[in-house]
Amino acid sequence: MLEKALVGDRRYWGWICFLLAVMGVGLIFYLRQFSFGLGITGMSRDVSWGLYISQFTFLVGIAASGVMVVLPYYLHDYKAFGKITILGEFLAIPAVIMCMLFIFIDMGQPTRVLNVLLHPSPSSVMFFDMVVLAGYLVLNILVGWTTLHAEKKGIAPASWVKPLIILSIAWAPSIHTVTAFLYAGLPGRHFWLSAIMAARFLASAFASGPALLILLALIVRKFSKFDPGKEAIQALGRIVTYFMLTNVFFLGLEFFTAFYSKIPGHMMSFEYLYMGLEGHGKLVPLMWASSILSVLAIGLLVFPQIRKNETLLAIASVTVFVALWIDKGFGLVVGGFVPNPFERITEYWPTIPEASIALGVWAFGFLLLTILYKIAVTVKEESGGEAIH
Amino acid sequence: MGINRRQFLKIAGFSSLIGLGGTSASLLRKSILEASQEEQDPRALLGKRWALVIDMSKFKTEDDYRRVIDVCHRIHNVPDIGNPKSEVKWIWKEEYENVFPSQDFDNQYVEESLKNKPFLVLCNHCDNPPCVRVCPTKATFKRKSDGIVMMDMHRCIGCRFCMAACPFGARSFNFQDPRPFLKEMNPEFPTRTKGVVEKCTLCYERLAIGLIPACVEASNGAMAFGDLKDPNSEVRKLLRDNYTIRRKPELGTLPSVFYIIGGKNNA
Repeated sequence: MLEKALVGDRRYWGWICFLLAVMGVGLIFYLRQFSFGLGITGMSRDVSWGLYISQFTFLVGIAASGVMVVLPYYLHDYKAFGKITILGEFLAIPAVIMCMLFIFIDMGQPTRVLNVLLHPSPSSVMFFDMVVLAGYLVLNILVGWTTLHAEKKGIAPASWVKPLIILSIAWAPSIHTVTAFLYAGLPGRHFWLSAIMAARFLASAFASGPALLILLALIVRKFSKFDPGKEAIQALGRIVTYFMLTNVFFLGLEFFTAFYSKIPGHMMSFEYLYMGLEGHGKLVPLMWASSILSVLAIGLLVFPQIRKNETLLAIASVTVFVALWIDKGFGLVVGGFVPNPFERITEYWPTIPEASIALGVWAFGFLLLTILYKIAVTVKEESGGEAIH
Repeated sequence: MGINRRQFLKIAGFSSLIGLGGTSASLLRKSILEASQEEQDPRALLGKRWALVIDMSKFKTEDDYRRVIDVCHRIHNVPDIGNPKSEVKWIWKEEYENVFPSQDFDNQYVEESLKNKPFLVLCNHCDNPPCVRVCPTKATFKRKSDGIVMMDMHRCIGCRFCMAACPFGARSFNFQDPRPFLKEMNPEFPTRTKGVVEKCTLCYERLAIGLIPACVEASNGAMAFGDLKDPNSEVRKLLRDNYTIRRKPELGTLPSVFYIIGGKNNA
C-alpha cells in the first residue's frame, strides 16, 4: 500500500518538501546539540526539563486519544466512526514516534539509549513508559495496517485483529496514565504531586486529540474525495466538548486545593504561572492566553447550534488545541520546576536552536502523518470509505 | 521438499526473535550485579549507614566555607562553569530560609542573622532516595553495604529524571563538556563527559583507602562523619547531645545529613 504515498499532485509534494526543509533545519541544530551538549537549550540546573519533554507529554495525549474513535465503533458499534477509526489509529502512530523522538533528543547521552534495555529498572516509571509506548505503537501499526489492507482487498480483516483492537482500547489510557506518573510520584515537586494528575492528563488528551482529529477530517474532506462524514465530525465535537469541560473542572480542583488550603508550596507554582512570583512572570501571558482560549472554546462548544456549524467547530477545535498545548505542552512541565527546591526562581525560555529541533520533530511527525493519511485516504477513495468487519 | 519464500521468511523472523530474547535474558541476569571493587583495601573505612553532622555554629568566616567547598570541588574535578544556568556543584552555600523553607514559614520572625546565614548543602544520601527510584538505568544506586547514593557516570543516559525527583536540588547536569572548565585536574579521580548527571558521592574513593570525606577533614571539626548504626560513633554522640534538624523531613526520604543550627551567640 506504501506506493500510494508516492503519487500526488503538486500541492502534496510541495507540502512534503516544506516538511523536509523544516526537518533539515532541525537536524542541523540537532547535530550542533549532539556535539556541544544540551547547553544550547534554555534548560538549566533548576529547570532541567523544557520544551522537549513537554512536547513528549502533550503528544502522549494525542496518541492516546485515538481510542476516542476506536472505542465507540468497536465496543458500542457506533457506525459513524467506522470510516474514521483508521484516521485515529494513523494519528496515534506518528504521535507515539514523535514522543520517542522527543525523549531521544532530550537525552544528554543519546548513544547510550540502549542502557534502558540493558539495565531494565522496573522501579522507574520511565521504564514502564517505554514499555507502554512501544506496545501501543506496535498495536496501532498492526491494527491500522491490517484493517486498511483488508479494506483495500474488500474482505474482512483476519480474526486475530479483533482481540488486538480490544487490547489497544485498554492500552490507550495506560500510556497517558504512566506518563502522568512520571510527574505525580515525585516527592519534592508540589505542583505535580497531585492524585488528579493522570485524570487531568486523560481529560486534556481526550479534548486535544479529537480536536486535532476534527481538523484532520475537515482537511481530508477538502483535499480528497473521501468524506469522513458529518455525523462522525459532530460526534467528535461532542467528545471534545465533554472532555474540555472535564479538563477545566479538574484544573479548577487543583486551584481549589492550593488556594483554599493556602499551603505555600502548593500555591507557588500556580502563582508563578498565573500571576508571577517575586517579579518573575515570563509564562504569565501564555497561561492567561490558555485560560482565555479555554473559556472561548467552551463558549463555542457547549451550544449545539454553534457547534453544528462546521466552520465554528473548526475554530473551536483550533482554540482547544492551542489552549491545551500551552497548558500541557509547556506550562505544566516548566511550572513544576519553579520555584526550585530552594524556593528560588530560575525562569526558562526555549532557545532558537531548541525550538528549531522541536519543530523538526513535529515536521517529521507531520510527514509520517501525511504519508499514512495519504495511503488511508487513497484506499478509502477506492473502496467507498466503509470498512468491512 | 523445499520451502517457499514466505515460509523461509517466517522461520528466519521467528528465530531472530528468539535469539534476541535469549540475549536480553542473559543481560538481565548480569545487571543484578552491583559494581564492586575487585579487592578491598585493608585500610578501608567500613560502616553500615554513613552520615554527616554539620555544626553550623562553627562556620564563622567566609574562609570556613570556602576551604570545605574548594577541597571537594578540586579533588573531584568539579568544573567552575561560571554561569548559574549550567553550573555544576557538589557542596555549596544556601541561606537558612532557602535550605529549610518549611521552617521559615513556621517562624517568620526568626532572627535576621540566622535567616540569611549560609548553610552548607550537598547530597543528603537519603535512606529512601527518590533519585534512585526513578533512574531508568540504575546509573544512580544506593550502595547496599553502607547506604551511599552512588553515581555510575558511564551508565547515565542523561535523562535528568533524577534531577526532577531530588527534593534537595543536589544534582547537576553537564550541559557541556566540563573539562575545559577545570583549573587543575586531579588525575586520581575521573573527569566527566557532557550529558551526564553528577553529585556528591560521599568520597567513596577516600573511604576505600581509609580516609574520611574531604569536606569533613577540611572543616576543622565543624563537620563530623560516622556510622549511624554504630551507637558509639561520633555522629551518634553528636545526635544524642545536640538538637539537630534535617532538610524536608516531611517528604520521608530520611536524609543522612544532619544540621546543628546553633543559637544567637553562634550565628
